[in-house]
Amino acid sequence: MGLESQLDNPFLTTTIDTVVNWGRKYSMWPLPFGTACCAVEFMGVVGPKYDISRFGAELVRFSPRQADLLLVMGTVTQKMAPILKQIYDQMPQPKWVVSMGACASSGGFYDNYSVVQGIDEIIPVDIYVAGCPPTPENVIGAVYKLQQKISQEKVAAWR
Amino acid sequence: MNTPKLPAGVETVAQNEVTETLIVNIGPSHPITHGTLRVQLELDGETILRAGAEIGYLHRGYEKQSETVFYNMVVPYAERMNYCSTIHNASAWCYAVEQLMGIEAPPRAQAIRVITSEMARITDHCVCLGANMVDLGALTNFWYLNNVREKMLFLFQELSGARMMTNYPRIGGVVQDLPDGWIAKLRQSMEDMKGLVGDVKDLVSNNRIFIDRTQGVCPTTKERALSFGWTGPCLRSTGLSMDLRKDQPYWGYERYDFKVPVYQNGDTMDRLLIRFDEMEESRKIILQALDKLPDGPHLVDDHLVVLPEKDKVYNQMEALINHFKLVMHGVRPPKGEIYSFTESPNGELGFYIISDGSPRAWRVRVRPPCFANYSAFPQMLQGAMVADVAAALGSINIIAGELDR
Amino acid sequence: MDQSQITDRLKARFGERILSTYAMCGQEAVTILPADLVEVLTFLRDEPELRFNMLMDVGGVDYLGYGGDGEDEDELRSHRFEIAYQMFSYDLRHRYRVKVAVKDDSVEVPSLWEIWRGANWMEREVYDMFGIRFTGHPNLRRILNHDDFVGHPLRKDYPITKRQKLSRPIDHLLTDKQEWA
Repeated sequence: MGLESQLDNPFLTTTIDTVVNWGRKYSMWPLPFGTACCAVEFMGVVGPKYDISRFGAELVRFSPRQADLLLVMGTVTQKMAPILKQIYDQMPQPKWVVSMGACASSGGFYDNYSVVQGIDEIIPVDIYVAGCPPTPENVIGAVYKLQQKISQEKVAAWR
Repeated sequence: MNTPKLPAGVETVAQNEVTETLIVNIGPSHPITHGTLRVQLELDGETILRAGAEIGYLHRGYEKQSETVFYNMVVPYAERMNYCSTIHNASAWCYAVEQLMGIEAPPRAQAIRVITSEMARITDHCVCLGANMVDLGALTNFWYLNNVREKMLFLFQELSGARMMTNYPRIGGVVQDLPDGWIAKLRQSMEDMKGLVGDVKDLVSNNRIFIDRTQGVCPTTKERALSFGWTGPCLRSTGLSMDLRKDQPYWGYERYDFKVPVYQNGDTMDRLLIRFDEMEESRKIILQALDKLPDGPHLVDDHLVVLPEKDKVYNQMEALINHFKLVMHGVRPPKGEIYSFTESPNGELGFYIISDGSPRAWRVRVRPPCFANYSAFPQMLQGAMVADVAAALGSINIIAGELDR
Repeated sequence: MDQSQITDRLKARFGERILSTYAMCGQEAVTILPADLVEVLTFLRDEPELRFNMLMDVGGVDYLGYGGDGEDEDELRSHRFEIAYQMFSYDLRHRYRVKVAVKDDSVEVPSLWEIWRGANWMEREVYDMFGIRFTGHPNLRRILNHDDFVGHPLRKDYPITKRQKLSRPIDHLLTDKQEWA
């Protein structure tokens, strides 16, 4: 705030990237794509004890057209995989994906005929959260890390 | 259906009107399904003519996976089936293997299993009721019941280290004894829970909107419930009283004094309100179990089944070899088969285990209560309105992990 | 009623059609052929002292390669599959198990969905996992695996890690077939 403190007018100078990223990271609208146990743990994250709305990600939107953060929570099976791809395609840009839990990140301990071994076989993932299920602090940590990642992005890259 | 009376002077234009029914898909990713269920409705206006349900979107191959690992290693897989009441599934699995082997867990372990299963029942009902109320538009109840659930999960974390997937029961008992001060915290939670659940019940049971949306909606007759194989609170809401804790008791349930709530109408309101009563009965069972908690070991004294204590393992050769054999080669039940059943929060959870004498099961078949409950759902929806789908689907408490295994 | 009394009743009524009996851990079961299934289960349901009016579970088993430790169990080798029906009496609160010996997947088992509606989905699951067909079933399609799946996963000769990907979402209409009467 060096230059601004010398001036009388209350203006801030910054870059477009900073302002846009500031707006995006503190008002993410998650789409809880909850399939299994991690979705129930997410109910605890949204609850008043571990409040995710402190970080701006409160407004869960179940329609992909209105959301920008896809939280994949739980095991994705072969039958569900095309639906995940369809939901991801339906989201408008900018969009980010958080793979919550061991099953979404790598198939978990289900190494069998019906489980997709990690959703990064299907869609690109930004943040992986470890745990089975991850504790709510873990999930909030993931949102925080994603916010840090967003602040490094370039607006022009989202084409 | 009521067609509205048109005002005077308005003529209907339709002479050769062609109508067709509309097919609506409530897909696997939808807020009211609470999981990966798919329902398709054939609609005439708002009325449902026919419905179809599809499952399998969370089929994780539990049964085949259980054939590849040792008996004790199945406990985490079993827990993740009904992920709202995790510790009950694991205790039921351990009980099934114990029955197959002909051993019995010591009384203290059985009492601990009763306490944790009833806590799991409270957790499951909180999730069911909370999520269903959110679908009906009543969000406050979800936060109140979430509070109850957080207390239970905090106690589970103190008990075993993890909030939900505790990995606490073992074949032969439970893995470790209750920590210090846990019982006092549990008693305090039971006190707090009474107020919170009572608040939610008062908010809901006299609410005009709740009654209008759930009373008389998607009723089920006794004959249909028996024909589909319903068990648990859904069956008890139709007027039939069946509770395995009373009829064929296990884990010492015959020593506790509790009622089995039974409602008569079999509609959505009964299926929801019965869970409040069941939570109160669970609270009573937990308090009685805490008062009557016996002393003693928490694992059965059988060296072929349970690991020896750690200080013996480090100091005695026999205990070290015993530990090695159990970890590397597992528990070996005799050749045979068994069907073991317990009363899970959703109904009768059955495990049909066939053993061939090796440390891995030959066949594990799970009888999920949600499967039978949900197979009646398409027929239940006939004649109902679209808005009733949300209320009815939440009331039968489908957990996709248990449904699809 | 005691488990052994139920077994005796069944043996008295059906004689040679009971292939074998089984008793362990206080639970008993009989094994029959698929052709006798409906008759045995309706006998269990209608007999006034038995009254097994609930079908709790239908589960399939594949015995390919069972008994590998050298013990010769001839009756298990003669049929590959078994389907176990867990019966429960709501009025009398007793249980019983009836097992049907299915030689291989060319044998068809009669469907029970007209007697117990719950058998509908359970038999679909046995078909999905083992490939055993049920005659008279209104809607015998896969229930847990996706429709493009080839093979039957719970058979012993299906390798557990053989994954089959689905490349398109399932879009058939579920209300095409009439699943109930």
